[in-house]
Amino acid sequence: MSVRVGVLVFPGSNCEQDVVWAVEHLGAQAELLWHGDGSVSGVDAVVVPGGFAHGDYLRPGAIARFSPVMEAVTEFARGGGPVVGICNGFQVLTEAGLLPGALQKNAGLKFLCAPAVLEVVTTRSVLTGDATVGQRLSVPVNHFEGNYTCDDRTLASLRDDDCIVLRYVDNPNGSVDDIAGICNREGNVVGLMPHPERAVDELLGSADGRVLLGSLLSAAGTSVTA
Amino acid sequence: MTFSIHVEVRLRPGIADPQGATIERALPTLGFDGVSGVSVGKSIRFEVEGTDEASVRAQVDDLCDRFLTNPVIEEAVVTIEQLEQATS
Repeated sequence: MSVRVGVLVFPGSNCEQDVVWAVEHLGAQAELLWHGDGSVSGVDAVVVPGGFAHGDYLRPGAIARFSPVMEAVTEFARGGGPVVGICNGFQVLTEAGLLPGALQKNAGLKFLCAPAVLEVVTTRSVLTGDATVGQRLSVPVNHFEGNYTCDDRTLASLRDDDCIVLRYVDNPNGSVDDIAGICNREGNVVGLMPHPERAVDELLGSADGRVLLGSLLSAAGTSVTA
Repeated sequence: MTFSIHVEVRLRPGIADPQGATIERALPTLGFDGVSGVSVGKSIRFEVEGTDEASVRAQVDDLCDRFLTNPVIEEAVVTIEQLEQATS
């Protein structure tokens, strides 16, 4: 049986179909999970996609954490299930307390929409298990609030616990320590600003996102058989 | 008693404020020189029923911490005013 990936849909999400397409392109099944439903329907992995959940009212991600589905996602994550938040999904995961820190406005004061070169920092996360440390990947970014920040203690523990997953080679947004993506201590919850689902075929300009989403599918498959 | 609450949400020092920076850069083009320190925040107003100001303040502080602000990047300045009792 192929791996089933649940993709959350909030009012204002706008990258969910890209994630569905990318997941299916890589040979897995994808299904949309409405934010108002209090279940993740027994999927093997959850992706929180990009967009503007609840219109980014108050702050990006601030309202999304009250959606019923987030309780199910939190429980799924606590049980070791793979959860990846992309862009606005990363903001949702920090606001929901599943990942530390916050995303502030880009240091360059501009909305950014461009390819970014990332370096894989660790392979112990569900998003990088099939990659190699030091591997460089070209994956697009598309955000205004992607400047990762946290206090010094949190940054030190991210480093000590090997929770920095991806770094920008040429930091586009001012993120502390060039952070493009982080994971929780267990490595099963990952948040990143770049969009791997937009880089899964050479036709899109890069297929470097395949190793990331492929890693997620591998991790989801492992948790299925485990 | 009803208390009128005003919460000003500010970015913490050192947090990027592109709106403030853009406004500050635009002002001289209209001839407003010597304006500095522009920052943009949010203003949130609501009313709370409570017995005394201290308990209302504790409740509002908690509400700000857990929802109205993200304490990693923002701070709240809370102003509380007791509304006048209606007299019959």
